[in-house]
Amino acid sequence: MHADTDILFRDSASQALLDPQLRANFRRAMDGLMAKRKAQFPDPQDLQELRELSTAIRSRSLLNLPTLLEQLETNLTRNGIQVHWAETCDEANQLILGLLQARGAKTLVKGKSMVSEEMHLNAFLEAHGIEALESDLGEYIIQLDDETPSHIIMPAIHKNKDQIARQFSQKIKDAKYTEDVDELTAMARKVLRQKFLDADAGISGVNFAVAETGTLCLVENEGNGRMSTHVPPLHIAVMGLEKVVANLEEVAPLYAILTRSATGQAVSTYFNLITGPRGEGELDGPQEVHLVILDNGRSRIYADPQLQATLRCIRCGACMNHCPVYTRVGGHAYEAVYPGPIGKILTPQMEGVGVRHDLLHGSSLCGACSEVCPVQIPIPDIIVRLRREATHTVATSSVMGKGSGRTSTEDWAWRIWAGVLKRPALYRLATWFATRFGRALPGSAPLLKHWTAHRTKPVPAKRSLSERIRAEGGPYV
Amino acid sequence: MSSRSAILERLRATAGGGPLPTLNPAVMERRHWSAPERVVRLRKGMEAVHTEFLEAKPATWPDVVRTFCESEGLKNLLLGPTSEAGGALAATWAPGGTQLVAYDRPVEAFKTELFTSIEAGFTGTVGGIAETGGLLLMPGPQEPRLLSLVPPIHLALLRASTIQDSFWSAVQALGWTRSLPPNALMISGPSKTADIEQTLAYGVHGPKRLVVVLVDDLT
Amino acid sequence: MKKVYFYGTCLVDLFFPDAGMAGIQLLRQAGLEVVFPEGQTCCGQPAYNCGYWEEARAVARAQVALFPDDLPVILPSGSCAGMMKVHYPELFHGEPDESQVRAFSGRVYELTQFLVDVLHVQLKDLGAPVKVTWHSSCHALRDLGLKGEPQSLLGQLENVEVAPLAREYECCGFGGTFSVRQPEISGAMVCDKSADAEATGASVLLSTDGGCLLNVNGALEAKQSQLRVQHIAEFLWERTHAR
Repeated sequence: MHADTDILFRDSASQALLDPQLRANFRRAMDGLMAKRKAQFPDPQDLQELRELSTAIRSRSLLNLPTLLEQLETNLTRNGIQVHWAETCDEANQLILGLLQARGAKTLVKGKSMVSEEMHLNAFLEAHGIEALESDLGEYIIQLDDETPSHIIMPAIHKNKDQIARQFSQKIKDAKYTEDVDELTAMARKVLRQKFLDADAGISGVNFAVAETGTLCLVENEGNGRMSTHVPPLHIAVMGLEKVVANLEEVAPLYAILTRSATGQAVSTYFNLITGPRGEGELDGPQEVHLVILDNGRSRIYADPQLQATLRCIRCGACMNHCPVYTRVGGHAYEAVYPGPIGKILTPQMEGVGVRHDLLHGSSLCGACSEVCPVQIPIPDIIVRLRREATHTVATSSVMGKGSGRTSTEDWAWRIWAGVLKRPALYRLATWFATRFGRALPGSAPLLKHWTAHRTKPVPAKRSLSERIRAEGGPYV
Repeated sequence: MSSRSAILERLRATAGGGPLPTLNPAVMERRHWSAPERVVRLRKGMEAVHTEFLEAKPATWPDVVRTFCESEGLKNLLLGPTSEAGGALAATWAPGGTQLVAYDRPVEAFKTELFTSIEAGFTGTVGGIAETGGLLLMPGPQEPRLLSLVPPIHLALLRASTIQDSFWSAVQALGWTRSLPPNALMISGPSKTADIEQTLAYGVHGPKRLVVVLVDDLT
Repeated sequence: MKKVYFYGTCLVDLFFPDAGMAGIQLLRQAGLEVVFPEGQTCCGQPAYNCGYWEEARAVARAQVALFPDDLPVILPSGSCAGMMKVHYPELFHGEPDESQVRAFSGRVYELTQFLVDVLHVQLKDLGAPVKVTWHSSCHALRDLGLKGEPQSLLGQLENVEVAPLAREYECCGFGGTFSVRQPEISGAMVCDKSADAEATGASVLLSTDGGCLLNVNGALEAKQSQLRVQHIAEFLWERTHAR
């Protein structure tokens, strides 16, 4: 039986399935993103080589992680960027609050950062009287409605033009109602321009951190990232500890595969390399730059050689773009910071495999995700491994909540299943019953009723294959 | 124990052991074109994302910039007066028409003007990227960061001979693998977003227009 | 080689025995002697996918023991072939019989894969013109890396027109236990898949996998569709054997 604290993906997913607008929006959006990505990779051989190189680069980064993090810290510090470490989201939030309060910061602008979503940073700062305004257009849109992102790259992908038009006309001062995308964009530009100008601080994520040069790399299309990191006097970057790469040469292939996999762009509008605060003689740039390195369960994932592959992720979103489940239920149904296939393996490892057992079963293991993953994370294999961790308490395992998804019902079901299937005589008996009486089983029977909600009852053949072959006298040994 | 020590200790308990996977850069190295091909590729990649191009020769580019400013009716053009490109432009700029504004004081003294009344900014570049299209910039004391970000129009001087094959080859050619200034960047076009129903819109927070003054110095 | 083993799989055994017979017939038509060891049951995939690896191993061991000779093991299922070929080595990693299981896995083939890549069969179409459509089963495609073997077999049949299926590579929603653990999502996926299939105007949907066929067929029947489903083995046999 599920514990009360378990989060049931099935419940939120089935709700989402009933929303025709959501289904249509996501279908259209995902089909478009899949096509765009495909167009960027016309040569399968070239793509495979790029994937292998990217996988090798990320694997090396992970194998060398502690050394690279120390090297990164040394070089960032040498460059004038102050480095902080946080084991938990609470700690990270407190650290950032301290930095802001030290400067008397009251308003800040945010470049897009999924790690800051993980931290629930905005709500925390709000509770301490500091306004954190999202500046990425998609994030700005959802912030206006008090929502969370439904996709890691395109946070407002679930929203229609008319919804946004209505929202802007209601929530932006002096805004008229328009569904013209250029006009809506211009409205956001105008509002945010003033915010960039006035903000006491800017917060950003980090796409890649380069250990050798002590550099933070930011990928963006809108320019709000550069605005947030260059205009305010204080810039705070937040990063998961897995994002470090050895050198800038290694960043190049990752950058190339990231933009193509994410939005089907060969390159982003801006690729911003930050190697220090305002330098000697510079006339602009922040006076202070800080990096907060967040653990929040990553070191635990790191400890397992197979599960460590989860940390190769470069947050491109290709997995969710190709996922038949995500396409039908959208990101909010996951009730997690990270949706889609990567969310299916990250969330249970961060929150507990028992609590998130149902999420782990929200996959048909089709493998569309791992097929497009730029760094070849074997997501279906990891899902199966985590399902095992949920239902069995393996002594040597470090997985969070291991064994807490076990139920005696499921234990017995598989015990009986194995008991029959490893005994040919019992199997023969079971199939004899199924072929002779199977059609008498009512469609409303337990488990079968789930099937018959959308399909006719499966009817066994009059005689099984084995029975026929036996009756016809072979060919068998 | 500090968080730093705790985290590093946990990571070290697992890390290492076993050979590192080797890196085969062939897939990056084969992205290589001739100098004229690089120009064509860069232009194609950048025009596809709404970058505008003005053609010029080494001796004529200041006039090309001037003509553009006049035909657009620009009130002003911001530049770094001591930078190579900015200085060269300022030296030839005749009075009247578009006024050159020097970005020569800290932004704190200049912010409001920068954000509200500057119509265009002019910078040099340290190179370009052929594979995808893109400009490489190294802002610094002579050419501040916001010069290529805040004004609604960004005019950038690009010498054809400085165009690299790819970002991969550029970082090596420019020595960026060894050291970087506080800010360096790649720009491929005017600012854009597809956050509203995946419909492309230009001019979000960065410049609405990117105009590349392409100097043909190959011959 | 002159002799091969045939592994029926539990879904073919119970729901598509004609497809199993057809698979065997196709191999014999190609000149092979086919051995069907008695006592085969299930590859163990459902328990494996749910994390019940001890139970999966117990059942898997019983299957492996039935195929002792160094002969190819042919399966009319991409999903089960994938389990036996790709996942058995993982499942038996560190087990005392690991090398025995690995040896077995090395001999496993999905039927169309064997017909094309090993036997290089040349089929002659004896049937009347027909329009079909093809659904790529996920495990055949992604676990086994089946790259067009079924399509090349269909391509050999001159009276068969293959109508492309929109979103051919998208999962049909079966996923074994997924169809009963997440019935709403599975239902939505199979509804879309069956609608896409009907839109092709084909008279039959073909696949290598019984699970997919059972799933889509159920949805088509619920809609009272004219479109029927058929296992590729059965279709190929019908088209190519002289009566």
